[in-house]
Amino acid sequence: MRVFNAAIAIAIGLLVLAGYFVPSLAGLQTLFLNWAMILAGVAALVGIGNLISVHGEKIRKRETGSVYSALLILSLFATFVFGFLLGPDHPAMQMVVNGVIVPVEASLMAILAVTLIYAAIRLLRRRLDLMSVIFLVTALVILLGSASLPFGEIPLLGTTVRPWITQVLALGGARGILIGVALGMLTTGLRVLTAIDRPYGGK
Amino acid sequence: MIELVTIVVSLLLLLLLTFIRRKSTPKLRPIPALTRLYRAIGLSVEDGTRLHISLGRGGLLTGRGGASLSGLSALRYLVERTSASDRPPVATSGDPALALLSQDTLKAGYQATGADELYQPTTGRLSGMSPFSFAAGAMPVVRDENVSANVMLGDFGPESALIIESAERVNIPTLGGTDDVSAQAVLYAAAQEPLIGEEMFAAGAYLGAGPAHSASLTVQDVLRWLIVLFLLVGAGLKFLGLF
Repeated sequence: MRVFNAAIAIAIGLLVLAGYFVPSLAGLQTLFLNWAMILAGVAALVGIGNLISVHGEKIRKRETGSVYSALLILSLFATFVFGFLLGPDHPAMQMVVNGVIVPVEASLMAILAVTLIYAAIRLLRRRLDLMSVIFLVTALVILLGSASLPFGEIPLLGTTVRPWITQVLALGGARGILIGVALGMLTTGLRVLTAIDRPYGGK
Repeated sequence: MIELVTIVVSLLLLLLLTFIRRKSTPKLRPIPALTRLYRAIGLSVEDGTRLHISLGRGGLLTGRGGASLSGLSALRYLVERTSASDRPPVATSGDPALALLSQDTLKAGYQATGADELYQPTTGRLSGMSPFSFAAGAMPVVRDENVSANVMLGDFGPESALIIESAERVNIPTLGGTDDVSAQAVLYAAAQEPLIGEEMFAAGAYLGAGPAHSASLTVQDVLRWLIVLFLLVGAGLKFLGLF
């Protein structure tokens, strides 16, 4: 069965890849990708089942934070039932999205900003080396060059230094990192394509 | 056409190097984060704690899937090495298909070590489906579930800082690598042991996942040198006005 799984995965993977280079296989490639999207949709349902199972277990064992798990499951079912009955475009459902989900995510974004400042300060305590100092000084220069300051713009910082750092140094560095990441993805993809790595089915 | 040639050459080189190196021990430069990961595995087994492995939220149908697959590959070998621990490792994901694959990978890891009965389906979890809900779902796992190390390998955004902060509050070290450039900056500042650039894709080779993983590193090096050569030649030709 494991060999059968791997054979199917390799065959489909090669056909999808070939679809990018052989125009006559493009239709088959689209068909397989559509199937994959449908399967991903089904996976979302299974994933929600997993979420309910994990939090249900927490409630059953009365673990730390089980109150939040109960709240999550209640909210999940309430949203599902109302969404199912009213439809996603109903004003009440829109209110849930705009009045609960969006503000909660915005609050987490605000916490993230504070967390990052705290992490930057902690970096100096944890790894006081040249790279950490360069990292923090660069972040500070970019912030000072981008922010509206009460005493006006610092000469050269916003017009020369910041653009040079972001468009020359940072862009060059980011491209180098992205080339490395792309090469890593390529070899990972090839290992999966040849079934050396099998994140599906069995030993 | 150049894409096809790159893929075919890389594939042939990968298979050839895997065959050549099947019996030799790879020589790898030390990466502090991966050395620490190795120590964290030992600690987890010895003191009966668990590892939290976060695979990010990279959908397998998107361009970010490569990072997720690399995380899954590392998860497999982390499970094999910590299967003797009293507490099984927990994997969290922000994509449903990735969560299913993490369950399958966990199960395969236990099967490979002959400890099938220790596998628990609830250890491969979908913690949320949007960036912040994923982070919010992973934070209590790090904080409340007797975790000794927080390993983040996959596709993350800046929200990864929230998970790391949650780990820091309970003095748990975080080792993290991602394919996203802005999240790499966040990991550099927040994580105790960040993996920069393509170092994340080297995790398998350092965990002893087999000759194919060390062969992958050599293929990456060969391709990198070729790109450097093309860039230098291109710059030279441009400088001389020939291109």
